[in-house]
Amino acid sequence: MKQSRIMPGFKPALSFTLVYLVLIVLIPLSTLVFKSLQLNFDDYLAIITNERIIASFRVSFVTSFIASIVAGVFGFIIAWVLVRYSFSGKRLLDAVIDLPFALPTAVAGVVLATIYQPSGFLGRWLMDNFGVKVAYTPLGIVVALIFIGIPFVVRTVEPVLQEFDTTMEEAASSLGASRLVIFNKVIFPNIFPALLTGISLAFARGVGEYGSVIFIAGNLPYISEIVPLLIITKLEQYDYAGATAIALTMLVISFVLLLLINLLQLWARRRSGQN
Amino acid sequence: MHTLVDAHGQASRSALNDPKWVRVTLTSIAVGFIVLFLCAPLVLVLYQAFSKGLDAYIHALSDPDALAAVRLTLLVAVATVPLNTVFGIAAAWAITRFDFRGKSLLTTLIDLPFSVSPVISGLIFVLMFGAQGWFGEWLLAHDTKVIFATPGIILATIFITFPFVARELIPLMQEMGFEEEEAALSLGASGWKTFFLVTLPNIKWALLYGVLLCNARAMGEFGAVSVVSGHIRGLTNTLPLHIEVSYNEYDVIGAFASASILAGLAIVTLILKSFLEWKQGKG
Amino acid sequence: MSILLSNISKNFGQFAALHNVNLEIPEGELVALLGPSGCGKTTLLRIIAGLEAPDEGQVLLNGEDKTAEHVSHRGIGFVFQHYALFRHMTVFDNVAFGLRVKPKKERPSEAVIAKKVQSLLELVQLGWLADRFPDQLSGGQRQRIALARALAVEPNVLLLDEPFGALDASVRKDLRQWLRNLHQELHVTSIFVTHDQEEAMEVASQVVVLNQGQIEQQGAPAEIYDHPANAFVSKFIGQTNILNLEQNDMAWLVSAGISADNRHGAVAHIRPHNIDLEKASMSSDSPILLKDWQHLGATIRIELFNSQVKGGNSSLFAEMPNERFKQLNLNRGDKVVVNIKQAHWFN
Repeated sequence: MKQSRIMPGFKPALSFTLVYLVLIVLIPLSTLVFKSLQLNFDDYLAIITNERIIASFRVSFVTSFIASIVAGVFGFIIAWVLVRYSFSGKRLLDAVIDLPFALPTAVAGVVLATIYQPSGFLGRWLMDNFGVKVAYTPLGIVVALIFIGIPFVVRTVEPVLQEFDTTMEEAASSLGASRLVIFNKVIFPNIFPALLTGISLAFARGVGEYGSVIFIAGNLPYISEIVPLLIITKLEQYDYAGATAIALTMLVISFVLLLLINLLQLWARRRSGQN
Repeated sequence: MHTLVDAHGQASRSALNDPKWVRVTLTSIAVGFIVLFLCAPLVLVLYQAFSKGLDAYIHALSDPDALAAVRLTLLVAVATVPLNTVFGIAAAWAITRFDFRGKSLLTTLIDLPFSVSPVISGLIFVLMFGAQGWFGEWLLAHDTKVIFATPGIILATIFITFPFVARELIPLMQEMGFEEEEAALSLGASGWKTFFLVTLPNIKWALLYGVLLCNARAMGEFGAVSVVSGHIRGLTNTLPLHIEVSYNEYDVIGAFASASILAGLAIVTLILKSFLEWKQGKG
Repeated sequence: MSILLSNISKNFGQFAALHNVNLEIPEGELVALLGPSGCGKTTLLRIIAGLEAPDEGQVLLNGEDKTAEHVSHRGIGFVFQHYALFRHMTVFDNVAFGLRVKPKKERPSEAVIAKKVQSLLELVQLGWLADRFPDQLSGGQRQRIALARALAVEPNVLLLDEPFGALDASVRKDLRQWLRNLHQELHVTSIFVTHDQEEAMEVASQVVVLNQGQIEQQGAPAEIYDHPANAFVSKFIGQTNILNLEQNDMAWLVSAGISADNRHGAVAHIRPHNIDLEKASMSSDSPILLKDWQHLGATIRIELFNSQVKGGNSSLFAEMPNERFKQLNLNRGDKVVVNIKQAHWFN
């Protein structure tokens, strides 16, 4: 877009934006870096390599990964159904997709815990029929994170599916391709980058998620204790250095993973000829 | 949007038709998932809240701690939402109406709070204002409390909801361009008049939408607030924290009564959101 | 109001949109800024309006330096390419906008505004649309409302950016005529930007031809057409046959009776209507044959073929009234004698 020098208000708008950004976001976030600089590297390593902490990282990242993949599969199906098919009540279902965005995480947490606990209506059913225990296990964390992650996938895939040029399908069909081949060779490659974006958003959100998880997780050390909870535990023990070291490590790992995912997306996009 | 389906629900373009069994299977999976995974929790909140009858529900909500939590939650929203709204408008104006160096960096930084875990968002304010924090001693000397007090809760909430309004406005204003604003200026309108008479009417639905999301998150934030609040009953507990405390004390009615208020807020948010999307779609 | 631009330059990053432009526009003219896309014509218009600031140079309106004056104080009326009508306001409110945002002291009463808006809507012949919203109007109607809105503040200069660019061909024709009449009625100095040379010639009293950020020629339409200042203008305005003498095209000119002595440059531009034909006798040694023709309405376009030319242009186009062509009684493959009435020479 061309620059417009005659528009008024550049200086006040930008100054306010920058001052507010610096005060609210940048200075507070920088405390994390400065605080961890006070630690020497050996101390830092000692904190981070603690077995319980490593276990919590494993729990957080593995559950988020599994949950985001599951959310990816179901989110894609939901987006497909919402865009391609017509049935009564579709608009209502479409609106409900955003519930995990709108519902406070604490509410989601207590409700999910109630549903999936051994005496809850789904928890008992799963226990009786499949012998599966959901609440107070890592599986419970996965369930909560699927709940949180699903709208990320649906809302990134849906618009791309809507914009998808369906004449490509008709072209493929006219060239003799079967429906399954069309999906595999024409539709999916075009939707895949968006799906990957949705999954990575769900993953990133899942790693940091706290409210919806802690009620259902059971928070057993080494088994179902997530990183954010460990940060809070450290804080409650006034172990600021420990909390900071864990938080910084988590931020760095998250950013590195996001970077990798972005590269993967770039690659997927290139392969399907988008930008 | 391509219309693939005619008025009778029949796909009108045969090449785009999935076989019937595929359609039925996928629709069942989608509907089943949404109902079981998303709708059921919502229903359960109300079921649990009213499981001991209306009187117990009202009694739970008229508990002084619950009322204090409602008051604090409203206070936090009132302090947070206007500030972030003004910020969102200013940021969108600067980013979409002007070219300057570092613009894409600024756009990225605005989204930063979304990629930070809520717990870490709380932690950074403890590191700043807590007893061992940067300003800890100074605050102590001046007998002011930020952490384990309302200011800390508000700060953490502002951080968490920081990008909401800006994110809604930036793409819209980018797409709008500024020909209409140039037209207003060329007709002699001042900057403020141009904004209020031309820009604002064009962005009002998106702005409202952003404010709505910002408000929903401000009222419902749990992780960040949980870190800075200290869980002092009747004093620094917001509604989500009150739910946690009640739930952990096996006060099911108390927890779900409070949860029902926030669930109600979520439903209202979703309805308004659908309405605003419909409005915006109509132009 | 007269307009004087002196030494205007404008860069967008590395790209020089305008380079040292000098232009004088006397009061009351209807001027077309004409050029291919990317030539800087819209930028020049926006600089006159004050929507863009030049890197160098001055904008003088009525002899006063207004270079630093903000667009809202310049007293110009600007009609945007895509009209930029306020979507959320009715046609009436759009036209009234400029009057309503005036400072309290200068603002007319609502009654006066209503009267003025109504008369402007009558002027653009759309009084019956006052309560509609822009979305409910056709392109041509929007264009005229945008014009009425710009006129409401009684501008000293009316600036129009590609005023007919987004319209259907038939609507465009009508609006051109209408704009010309309106200008005769109002006599406000007006400048419009266009890439369509036909439109510029038809509507404007003065045409300014721009290319690559510089002015190639300024003058009345007839002057520009009959006396193009350089090869670019000659090529850009109207149809022309280009004969490059270094590429063996000399054969054409020799066969048309132009000898080496009559050459005034390396390239000859010949308008189709400046080529006349005679039927050659069977014994004639003219190398030129009639290849084909197309009816263009009142005139006929004739494609000629030179059997002597190897490489370069072997065909040439001539144009003449239908009557004349009938008189000649020519058929495909007939041998003809060409007579070039006028050529423009460039180096």
